[in-house]
Amino acid sequence: MALSQTEVLAGLAEIVNEETGIATDAVALDKHFTNDLDIDSISMMTIVVNCEDKFGVKIPDEEVKNLETVGDAVNFIVSAS
Amino acid sequence: MSKKIVVTGIGATTPLGGDVKTTWQRLLAGESGISTIEKEWIAQYEVPVTFAGQAAVASADVLTPQEVKRLDPSSQFAMISAREAWADAGSPEVAPERLAVEFSTGIGGVWTLLDAFDTLKERGPRRVLPMTVPMLMPNGPAAAVGMDIAARGGVRTAVSACASSTEAIANAYNRLQTGEVDIVVAGGCEAAIHALPVSAFAAMHALSKRNDEPARASRPYDSNRDGFVMGEGGAALVLETEEHALARGAKIYAELAGGAVTSDAYHITAPDPEGSGAARAVLATLKQAGATIEDVKHINAHATSTPVGDIAEYNALKRVFGDLLPGIAVTATKSSTGHLLGGAGAIEAIFTVLALHEGVIPPTINLDDQDPEIPLDVVVSPREFKGENLLAISNSFGFGGHNAVIAFRKY
Repeated sequence: MALSQTEVLAGLAEIVNEETGIATDAVALDKHFTNDLDIDSISMMTIVVNCEDKFGVKIPDEEVKNLETVGDAVNFIVSAS
Repeated sequence: MSKKIVVTGIGATTPLGGDVKTTWQRLLAGESGISTIEKEWIAQYEVPVTFAGQAAVASADVLTPQEVKRLDPSSQFAMISAREAWADAGSPEVAPERLAVEFSTGIGGVWTLLDAFDTLKERGPRRVLPMTVPMLMPNGPAAAVGMDIAARGGVRTAVSACASSTEAIANAYNRLQTGEVDIVVAGGCEAAIHALPVSAFAAMHALSKRNDEPARASRPYDSNRDGFVMGEGGAALVLETEEHALARGAKIYAELAGGAVTSDAYHITAPDPEGSGAARAVLATLKQAGATIEDVKHINAHATSTPVGDIAEYNALKRVFGDLLPGIAVTATKSSTGHLLGGAGAIEAIFTVLALHEGVIPPTINLDDQDPEIPLDVVVSPREFKGENLLAISNSFGFGGHNAVIAFRKY
């Protein structure tokens, strides 16, 4: 069953908060992981793996580079779920 | 002409307390930081030694959740102690290129390494944390401290087992003498109270087996000593040229008068029973300090409470000081803290600095029946330590035949 965009955004925000300390409400769809949230590639890989566990999806390594914004990630997860 | 190097800040998190003040007060009170390890893994793996000197304050109570997540426990201790020392020094304004770090560990990120291996076995390689390598590398603590204070004058890690952080301080002394930097944050840390290292030290019969009386287990120089007690924590000193310290009006605890390192090339774990390498380290340190054996009034000994090690150190001291030795006040503070391995030299350096600064030598506890083969003047209750031009040394020796000695002078 597909997850809703709202559910995924809330779950992703929690994962980002746990990994980086960034407030959950700062994790908005238009935010760029690197430029806006200052998340480095090492944290990004941890976030990706935690998203796989939380949402039961597979995010291939080659796909990660395309997930530039929070919205990119949420949309990928929604469509993969 | 050599520069005068001074201590302007100290910080520590130890089995006795989460800072220097608490640690020092409890040390002077003759308390023990050793207790039973209340963890599942003790029973799970039937670990034969069930006690240690565990950090009195959990790092998670001090650092942010993200710092705890991204730093191995050893680096967490390093950060906590270095931040206290840096703040104690007045958070000096110094050009980043003139600021260096010398921060040691004996073992490195052993928790991270072993947790990651458990993850690999249980959940596969994709679940191994991407931070694993930077967390387990032995230079991790030094790098974390260096980033925290923006030190760009070189961040280094001396690794020489239990001599590591005394060697780090000796290296800091030399680094400051070159004139390349004005301040070095030097120290050491260890977080190895994990089933594997405890079992490994127990397998080599290095640890005390007094499971029923942990607080009485670390007993340097006692006839009934039966091994050392593992400890954990971190300790850091801000070391600075006197010129730089005076120019910024810093508080000065003591002078770091010298530091030297030698090696035994004798046996991978056993100390040279003649103690010639250790003796050479003491003499080289005194030469740097411009001092003679008559000047030394206090020794914070390595004295881990192993049957062989305590005697070997005594032999080395006897070789250096001869008939003067009975007149020197010796203390073995591992009796209270346990053995912080790569952090031992740094915390004992702080105790030596405070003995000079506060005018009191901290006691050796659990000395019920002094080994007649070690007729030292062991301080068993806080002893006044006052006078002019007092010099004290602190010794550390490590598996691998490493000998490191540093000297502090009253300022």
